[in-house]
Amino acid sequence: MRSIFRTLDREVLRDIALVCLTGGIVGVSFGTITVSSGLPLWLPMLLSVVVFAGAAQFVFVGIMASGGNPIAAVVAGLLINTRHVPFGFAVGDVLGTGRARLLVGSHLMIDETVAFALAQRDRQRRRAAYWTCGIGLFCCWNLGVALGAFAGTVVTDTDALGLDAAFPAVLLALVLPSLRETATRRAALTGAAIAVAGAPWLPSGLPVLLALAGVAVSLRAMPANSSENSDGSDSRVVS
Amino acid sequence: MTTATTLVVSTLVLGVGTFAFRFAGPVLRTRITLSPRVERLATMSAVVLLAAVVATATLVDGGEFAGYARPAGVAVGGLLAWKKAPFVVVVLAAGVTAAGLRLLGVP
Repeated sequence: MRSIFRTLDREVLRDIALVCLTGGIVGVSFGTITVSSGLPLWLPMLLSVVVFAGAAQFVFVGIMASGGNPIAAVVAGLLINTRHVPFGFAVGDVLGTGRARLLVGSHLMIDETVAFALAQRDRQRRRAAYWTCGIGLFCCWNLGVALGAFAGTVVTDTDALGLDAAFPAVLLALVLPSLRETATRRAALTGAAIAVAGAPWLPSGLPVLLALAGVAVSLRAMPANSSENSDGSDSRVVS
Repeated sequence: MTTATTLVVSTLVLGVGTFAFRFAGPVLRTRITLSPRVERLATMSAVVLLAAVVATATLVDGGEFAGYARPAGVAVGGLLAWKKAPFVVVVLAAGVTAAGLRLLGVP
């Protein structure tokens, strides 16, 4: 742990701490909403430990609370989480080696940890950012959820605090440097447009997946040997 | 009301499935070496997915337009990030803008 803290700049650590704090507050709202919608006290806490994926958890609880089919709730949650497969290929090398690191590191894979890792300039920093953000968010998220589940009506409306805008802004700020590259920017803009266009019609999770079509659009413009990253270490596309 | 057993089993299935998705990439990467081109595509895919998450989370809520306050907040945050403002400022500005607009009655 100490070497992780030495690797990361104080600035990055502060950024991660802020994201953990906001994550904790959203966790409080998740716990509160779940319990106040009539579901048992233990459910939000079990979900947060076992699933650890905010969007999927909210959708799962939303369907269950409205008396929906459990299979539909599981399928909806899984659909939202399919994006972790391509995530894993992008950041899989920062988890470290060994069974334990692979198992624990995989469980910590969420939008924020992936975005923080991608925003770092070399592999060592990517690894440190991934693990720090992952462990911090896991603790804060679960702590927040438990607090919300027990305390009842602490924060029910995170929209009033503007947290619904803070979260996309976090990811946007982290992704922005990667968009400086033309091919990536073109792919991202195309993908985002496809996702937004599909969102009113398709079940949640699917629009984001369809965004990958943006990569195909950008592929044509990309020469086969455009990366000189032969040793797999420092010179990633990011930055 | 759904029984406790159903809730536990559903949660576990969702958890195991999600973990399988997360585990696939890292574990396959230890078995095969990715060419620089595939490596680059993987990174690009992650950026594209995150951008799509940003776009949908900003504009859409439950299949409908999320209102004006949230996109305005994200736009302010994005602009500040583009101007290389500190991360803390970006996040706080996005939240304060959205919350402030809502206080003023903007949906």
